[in-house]
Amino acid sequence: MIKIAVCMKQVPAYSEGDMDEKTGLIKRNGLETIINPYDLAALEAALQLKERLDARIDVFSMGPKRAESLIRDVYAYGVDAGYLLTNSKFGGADVLATSYTLMQGIQVIDDYDLVICGKQTTDGDTSQVGPALAKWLALPSYQGVMRILEVSDKQMKISQDLGKFIQFLEVPLPCLISVNREEFLPRMPSFAGRLQSKNKEIHYLALSDLADKDENHYGMKGSATKVKRIFPPAQTQAVKAQFLEGRDGAQAILSFIRKE
Amino acid sequence: MTKGRGIFVFLECTGNRIEEVSLELLAKACELQKLSQEPLYGVAIGKEGKELETQLLSLPVEKLWWYRYDGACLPALWEEAVLACIEEVLPSVLLLGGTPIGSGFASRVAVAMKTGVTADCTMLELDEGGNLIQTRPAFGGNIMASILTEKTRPQIATVRQGIFPVLTKKHQQAEMVKRRLSEQDSGVRLLKREEKSLDGGITKQEILVVAGRGVKREDDLEQLRELAHLLGGELASSRALVEKGWMPQSTQIGLSGNVVSPQVILTLGVSGTIQFMTGMKNAKKIIAVNTDKEAPIFSIAHFPIVGDLYTIVPNLLTLLKERE
Ligand SMILES: Cc1cc2nc3c(=O)[nH]c(=O)nc-3n(C[C@H](O)[C@H](O)[C@H](O)COP(=O)(O)OP(=O)(O)OC[C@H]3O[C@@H](n4cnc5c(N)ncnc54)[C@H](O)[C@@H]3O)c2cc1C
Ligand SMILES: Nc1ncnc2c1ncn2[C@@H]1O[C@H](COP(=O)(O)O)[C@@H](O)[C@H]1O
Repeated sequence: MIKIAVCMKQVPAYSEGDMDEKTGLIKRNGLETIINPYDLAALEAALQLKERLDARIDVFSMGPKRAESLIRDVYAYGVDAGYLLTNSKFGGADVLATSYTLMQGIQVIDDYDLVICGKQTTDGDTSQVGPALAKWLALPSYQGVMRILEVSDKQMKISQDLGKFIQFLEVPLPCLISVNREEFLPRMPSFAGRLQSKNKEIHYLALSDLADKDENHYGMKGSATKVKRIFPPAQTQAVKAQFLEGRDGAQAILSFIRKE
Repeated sequence: MTKGRGIFVFLECTGNRIEEVSLELLAKACELQKLSQEPLYGVAIGKEGKELETQLLSLPVEKLWWYRYDGACLPALWEEAVLACIEEVLPSVLLLGGTPIGSGFASRVAVAMKTGVTADCTMLELDEGGNLIQTRPAFGGNIMASILTEKTRPQIATVRQGIFPVLTKKHQQAEMVKRRLSEQDSGVRLLKREEKSLDGGITKQEILVVAGRGVKREDDLEQLRELAHLLGGELASSRALVEKGWMPQSTQIGLSGNVVSPQVILTLGVSGTIQFMTGMKNAKKIIAVNTDKEAPIFSIAHFPIVGDLYTIVPNLLTLLKERE
């Protein structure tokens, strides 16, 4: 059996969020939330592997208490165990602290053969947490994974989109991959899965459950970066807008395009 | 705190050339260096060959490490190679392209050095204390955040292609340290490498039509695509439609998509968030159609039109077909 850990985050439903002018952190209260769409692709990749070989899928998420709804939701897809890393000391984490916290959580639970991350989050949007987590776990990492062509409990064949070219690799397990969203379009959870998910236990991991209990390594204190200032972007001089509809608009656009 | 001195640039190489984004970073690094007067360093990982060597030697850096390597792109290996150089000079700043490759190992280096990494910066400045002010758009809305890595070094930042102007200065004869890199016994095998076709791709187009959330139904995209083709270009989109799954990520314009600078860009139902505009503000002719006269996209449009895309697009199609 291979053991797979999937990292998933709850994010605001709309990219726009309010920000605390003092701390530079997003005010999450009151915003509608969803599962980061890129992480549903990570989960989909894990589910596809489970269809091909004997596998266990555990989901890890770091976030406020209310992110427990993410764990509840992923149980409906057939996830085996869901862990929510939640603690007041975890808030305000940057890439360094987020990846460290995820590593601590993953390590107290098990030695995983494969860790799967999404390409990016829609709120933090760095694509950096995956490779950083791999480094903490002393694992190699592979980004931009498009397909898992072959898999056994010892190795995988993968294809990766590296921008200018596509790379095909055979890689040994354990390792961490960050997957592209397009090639792993998420399925819908089954009705039976939804029913079963109601009875599954959500596992909480607080600071006291982790091997490193030093709060200076987590959240804002454990972060190397700080938001110093936020400001509106400079607006360039605007050309006066014209009110145009239908054929007039179309004609005006075409002549503007053709104008030297 | 370890003090850190100098600016270090990761030079990404494909085949026998240095990637444009790395040359843009070097240009920025030169600018920063004028203020700080600290040395500039570079590290390249790329194929052995005279052509690349000549290019590398012409760069305005004090010292340069060149790992001659033609194997698989492996972030763990890249990280070790770059770390080895960093540990020799302990730079204050490390800059990498925000490419799939650069962002694939930037944070691995950050973890190894227990320092911070700021992704996809759009502005980089130095304050008097030698802190790198790393500015990036944040949180979807029209807000920029300036981020500091105050207590640890190096300060690591990634920047996407097209954000800074490319390097023009070329003179210095850099001191070059040649090394070899080998895929140790990692057990990884490179099976093959396929070049992606370069012709498609929205970054290569001179004319782009851009669909935003103002497009109400997925089926409507067909008309917009036809319009793009009739104009001799391609259809691109804002992230809103990519998140809906209507348009592929490869067609997304913006900071977390593609940075484009075509001759003509026609945005339809795009509001113009900072993330979007960062990706297209250098287009020569920007035409924006939006029903909201307050839409931020109008602040950069050369031809702002307050109007409904659903009345304008069908007429554009008719006019273009009449001409044929
Ligand atoms: C970290 C981060 C990174 C991001 N990166 C990117 C990025 O790279 N690229 C990107 O695009 N976005 C990015 N975003 C998302 C961005 O913030 C916006 O959510 C997105 O750009 C909005 O797309 P839009 O303008 O199409 O939609 P909206 O903002 O919803 O705008 C739709 C517009 O259509 C107009 N409209 C409606 N109906 C009509 C009609 N019939 N005719 C004409 N106009 C009409 C409306 O007035 C409105 O202005 C990012 C967000 C975050 C948080
Ligand atoms: N708070 C979190 N909890 C769980 N996984 C996370 C969290 N933040 C980031 N990740 C994972 O790291 C990936 C990249 O995130 P980011 O670096 O924020 O763009 C995401 O797609 C997730 O798989």
